[in-house]
Amino acid sequence: MSSPTIRSPRPALVRIASLKRTTLASQAKPSAGRPRRLGLGKPLSYGWVLGPALLIGLWSIGSLTGFIDARMLPAPWVAVTTGADLIREGRLQENLAVSATRALAGLAIGVIVGVVLALASGLSLVGGYLIDGLVQIKRAIPILAVIPLIILWVGIGETMKVTVIALTVFFPIYIHTHSALRSIDLKYVELAETLKLSRWAFIRHVVFPGALPGLMIGLRFGVTAAWLALVVVEQLNATSGIGYMIDLARSYAQTDVMLVGLVVYAFLGLTSDAAVRLLEKKTLSWRRTLAQ
Amino acid sequence: MSPPAPPLVRVRNLVRRFTLKGVLNGIDLDIRKGEFVAILGRSGCGKSTLLRAIAALDHEAEGSGELIVPHRLSVVFQDARLLPWRRVLDNVILGLDGPNAAERGRQALEEVELAGREQSWPSELSGGEQQRVALARSLVREPELLLADEPFGALDALTRLRMHVLLRRLSERHKPAVLLVTHDVDEAIELADRVVLLEAGRIAADVAIDLPPSGPARRDRIVALRGQFLGLLGVEIDPLEGWSEPAPERSSQTELRPI
Repeated sequence: MSSPTIRSPRPALVRIASLKRTTLASQAKPSAGRPRRLGLGKPLSYGWVLGPALLIGLWSIGSLTGFIDARMLPAPWVAVTTGADLIREGRLQENLAVSATRALAGLAIGVIVGVVLALASGLSLVGGYLIDGLVQIKRAIPILAVIPLIILWVGIGETMKVTVIALTVFFPIYIHTHSALRSIDLKYVELAETLKLSRWAFIRHVVFPGALPGLMIGLRFGVTAAWLALVVVEQLNATSGIGYMIDLARSYAQTDVMLVGLVVYAFLGLTSDAAVRLLEKKTLSWRRTLAQ
Repeated sequence: MSPPAPPLVRVRNLVRRFTLKGVLNGIDLDIRKGEFVAILGRSGCGKSTLLRAIAALDHEAEGSGELIVPHRLSVVFQDARLLPWRRVLDNVILGLDGPNAAERGRQALEEVELAGREQSWPSELSGGEQQRVALARSLVREPELLLADEPFGALDALTRLRMHVLLRRLSERHKPAVLLVTHDVDEAIELADRVVLLEAGRIAADVAIDLPPSGPARRDRIVALRGQFLGLLGVEIDPLEGWSEPAPERSSQTELRPI
């Protein structure tokens, strides 16, 4: 309150005056009359491309002008030509196949074990007592901290790699499937009782479809986790795979090859996530009709 | 009233106590084959508890008593209770096997006038349609006893009237014994052969509904019964209050469609 002249009647008068002015000189001061839009506008359909495109643009300019040292980060087109070379030599496909096999094997084992244990611990009290507590304790230990122990147990070969990936995938699958299963409405259980469903029919028609949304969420986390675990295990005494390719390139300071490896990882992550989302759409189509 | 055959359902000195809600203090009840019995009572009188005891859904209850129930019994709940992840036909034949299950399910859907909706998802149906699917799911099992726990309670008044017509037609055709739990006096008089009034976990009245087929005599009898039940339920109003004479039943085939 600096001066007594700022009181409610006066600004009101001022506003009327300014309103008049905007109607006369059309839109000279648009902020005076209409309320300011605070929400976001209409989104552009490929607007998300802008950020990556800008980054690549800056990167290209930096490389062209010599501002970015090619030994630290090669130009984008170098990465493309190196990628093409690697494909021509067959090294990229070869290593990609090895990596994908590892990831898929780990993913498959992790999903199967996760679903089976989630069903076992969700469907019986004893199973819950036995399994759930253990899983919760084990979950508190970061999986990467267990790698030395796993190496000691199963060696440093393929078994270790697949085991670590499977363990990493197992947790999100188990946690989300289990919680979805436990939150299945009791009224469906009652229904199954009155319809005298067999245990197996109950699992097939009520439990499994009811837990499927949880399994799908777990799968999305699990797939991302599988690639992460892959990166880690492939830097441990591997002789093939994308991670090995990157590690080898590091020894020879081939930044372009390292870059190609990273692009491949990004590509794998994005496509597998899209694949899981497609699967989710297909299997949960009864839900999609609700949203539409 | 001395049935020569043993009753289909025999309840003797049934007692149920819950820690949460619902109490039965010694219920004796017989239901004959094909008989339509309505259990009427205020909320909390134990009518749902009785139904759940007969349906063997009260695992948590403590209690005693004798309970003889047919093996083929079927329950219609207040909510349609369809599995949202199964299509309509699969919901109807859930748990049935055999090569003709699908065909029987289709017939049952036709009977509740939902032919053509076999492949819809439950979420695509209206509340009345969902409840009709639930009815088809019960009928396809050819139950000797149909238990219905306020099956029309969640429906709007118009849909409810149409469902009454449908339920009566279906029960006349298939002749299951029906135990309908309701708090709606008019619904009970309209549908049942016999109304059992429950009060604080005991049977307060057991009245046969003997309506003359038509005419003013029927109307007078309905009004009299209505007054009697409302009085027993502790509602002190003119028995004509809130009552509207139902239109005489026409061919309901076309009438039922837009539920």
